[in-house]
Amino acid sequence: MRTIKFLLQKEFRQIFRNKAILAMAIVVPVVQLLVLPLAANYEVKSVSVAVIDNDHSSYSQKLINKVTSSGYFKLTGYDFSFKQAYQLIESDRADLILEIPQGFERNLVRENGQKLFVAVNAINGTKANLGSVYLLNVIQDFNSDVRLQFIQPGALNWQPTIDVASSNWYNPLLNYHVFMVPGILAILVTMIGGFLTALNIVKEKEVGTIEQINVTPIKKYHFILGKLIPFWILGNVVFTLGLIVAWLVYGITPVGNLFLMYGFIAVYLLAVLGFGLLISTFCDSQQQAMFVMFFFVMIFVLMGGLFTSIDSMPNWAKVVARFNPVSYLIEVMRMIMLKGSGFKNIAPQLGYITLFALVFNSLAIYNYKKTS
Amino acid sequence: MPIIWTKYFMNWPAAPNAVNKLIDMKQILIFIRKEFAHVLRDRKTLLILFGMPIVQILIFGFALTSEVKDARIVIMDQAKDAASKQIISKIAASNYFEIDKTVRNSQEMKEALKQGEIRLAVIFPANFYDDLVHQNEARIQIIADAIDPNNATTLTSYINSIVQDYQMDFNKTNNIPYRITPELRFLYNPELKGAPNYVPGVMALVLMLVCVMMTAVSIVKEKETGTMEILLVSPFSPFKVIIAKAVPYLLLSLINVVSILLLSVFVLDLPINGSVLLLFAESILFIITCLTIGIFISVKTNTMQVAMLISLMGMMLPTILFSGFMFPIENMPVPLQIISNIIPAKWYYIMVKDIMIKGLGFGAIWKETLILAAITMVMLIISLKSFKIRLS
Repeated sequence: MRTIKFLLQKEFRQIFRNKAILAMAIVVPVVQLLVLPLAANYEVKSVSVAVIDNDHSSYSQKLINKVTSSGYFKLTGYDFSFKQAYQLIESDRADLILEIPQGFERNLVRENGQKLFVAVNAINGTKANLGSVYLLNVIQDFNSDVRLQFIQPGALNWQPTIDVASSNWYNPLLNYHVFMVPGILAILVTMIGGFLTALNIVKEKEVGTIEQINVTPIKKYHFILGKLIPFWILGNVVFTLGLIVAWLVYGITPVGNLFLMYGFIAVYLLAVLGFGLLISTFCDSQQQAMFVMFFFVMIFVLMGGLFTSIDSMPNWAKVVARFNPVSYLIEVMRMIMLKGSGFKNIAPQLGYITLFALVFNSLAIYNYKKTS
Repeated sequence: MPIIWTKYFMNWPAAPNAVNKLIDMKQILIFIRKEFAHVLRDRKTLLILFGMPIVQILIFGFALTSEVKDARIVIMDQAKDAASKQIISKIAASNYFEIDKTVRNSQEMKEALKQGEIRLAVIFPANFYDDLVHQNEARIQIIADAIDPNNATTLTSYINSIVQDYQMDFNKTNNIPYRITPELRFLYNPELKGAPNYVPGVMALVLMLVCVMMTAVSIVKEKETGTMEILLVSPFSPFKVIIAKAVPYLLLSLINVVSILLLSVFVLDLPINGSVLLLFAESILFIITCLTIGIFISVKTNTMQVAMLISLMGMMLPTILFSGFMFPIENMPVPLQIISNIIPAKWYYIMVKDIMIKGLGFGAIWKETLILAAITMVMLIISLKSFKIRLS
């Protein structure tokens, strides 16, 4: 115990001595949490539409009005030729083309049916997909408006219809910040924890002070614990600051139990720090440690379900995601913070993370050699 | 008077101009060779440097798709009649959904949604079929887990269209009047693959981070290990030091560009529609921009750890977000839109997309080229100005 106490004293002194790193470790996550959720916004509100109106009828006007007043679309203009509209898409000034063919109104009324053409710039698949979904919804709405004009609503519907009522739980206003804030916080905590521990031991190797420690009767696990505990505390501090930012700036307060969340973070940090330690035992220089960490963090971030959902990935990728600790944290953060899930709900994730923590740390202890 | 001394030494011996230049070139070449040796010695880093772009392209190309599929849902069927069963089997047959289980009451449904893997619940009230036939109106309720708003919207609209489909089948006998059928066409990327968007994005992301990280450490490392003193007493101007530090990484990054392009053409089936030469020219410009940013960080910081924290922690998420390939920049608040302009990855991403996917020429991207060149110049000048030629 006494040994660990002295080691901790040393570590804390070193951390507090280098003000630049301490400031970075605390300021960078807070600033990023303040700014990035504002940037990571996929609310569809400004898809630009170029309309080719070949009909110039009252119906085509009504349809255009309906599209612009829906609030999702920005009209780049109408009355283009197809070529002009295509150029707009090429130069990224329009995302969608809505082409209303000649005789739209006449055919609709007389022949009971008419086609519309929608062309979408699909380089960015997400945007294309969402834009088209919204536009089709607007067209459908317009369609039922038209139908209502011609068919007198009776006591009963004129034919069997199924009414689909949908409600959005946990995030009724479809606010994108609610989705991003817990996820970004999860990534920041991971990066701070893992990165700093990885660099720390390698630095001792590079500077040579690790030999001094190796010749003392300090046990392996003493050394590892001495490295873990300070960064574990730092991780908790960053996490707490993040929660405060989420509350003050974005108005997101945890629906679920705060203690449960801290309990999960406590175990999670052990896993991430263990991962950092494991990497540091393999690397010889800080530069190496940084690149190895970068490699993994990048994969963790992209395959963690922060930006694109894991559901849609192919099966092999889902398997990879199972070995990604960040994906569990992002999931659990969203569950506890937004849905109010209880211990029973997060028990499987907690189990996996505990397993990660055990494996990473024991590998790190095993792989840390006191003799070189 | 140390400064006069160094000046004196830098001009000595006073040889003819041409000879001087020759010596200069030779010096730089030797210095570049030294830097190369440093880079090539560290095998693990090299492995990561070359391996990373490959792994990332594969992840982005195959794992990340923007289409929505296999969403797990639960069904609460209180009707259990012909109509509800048919709709359920239609849902089960679609690629978008995977029915996880059926629940009996709302309590169970709430529990299922809380588990975190269920994205949506579809509820059929009792007497669904009877209502549909006798009252001509039946209701279905959808409850979506809207934490991911876009996913929720998309899934809801998919269920909606499945139900519409069923309704059309059901009413086959009477023709629906006044019907507008929208015909949808996806340009450039008809299958909504992720690759056309992500490959340019990954190129921008990987090149940017790797270049910045590599050079960010380079000069500060000399400071920390003390070898900076040797450099300072040598007849080497800051400009030459910077050049020599940057050249090896420029070559390494070009190898990365080649491997990314080869993968995207041969593995992801994503052809280069525009000029390959132009693409390489712009890539070189972008790499140089990133290298100067790294050098700027390196000159400004005093320890490697700080330089690394800035270049990894400080740059990674902002580059992902502000380059515009994940989230549309026009959705951001105006101040952030302005900030995004100073992220070189944004401009490079636009250029690669234009050249590779759309097949446009230089006429479409000269503005982006100029901006990158300007950023490079500014960074280089600031770095040179703040390059301390004396200790402490």
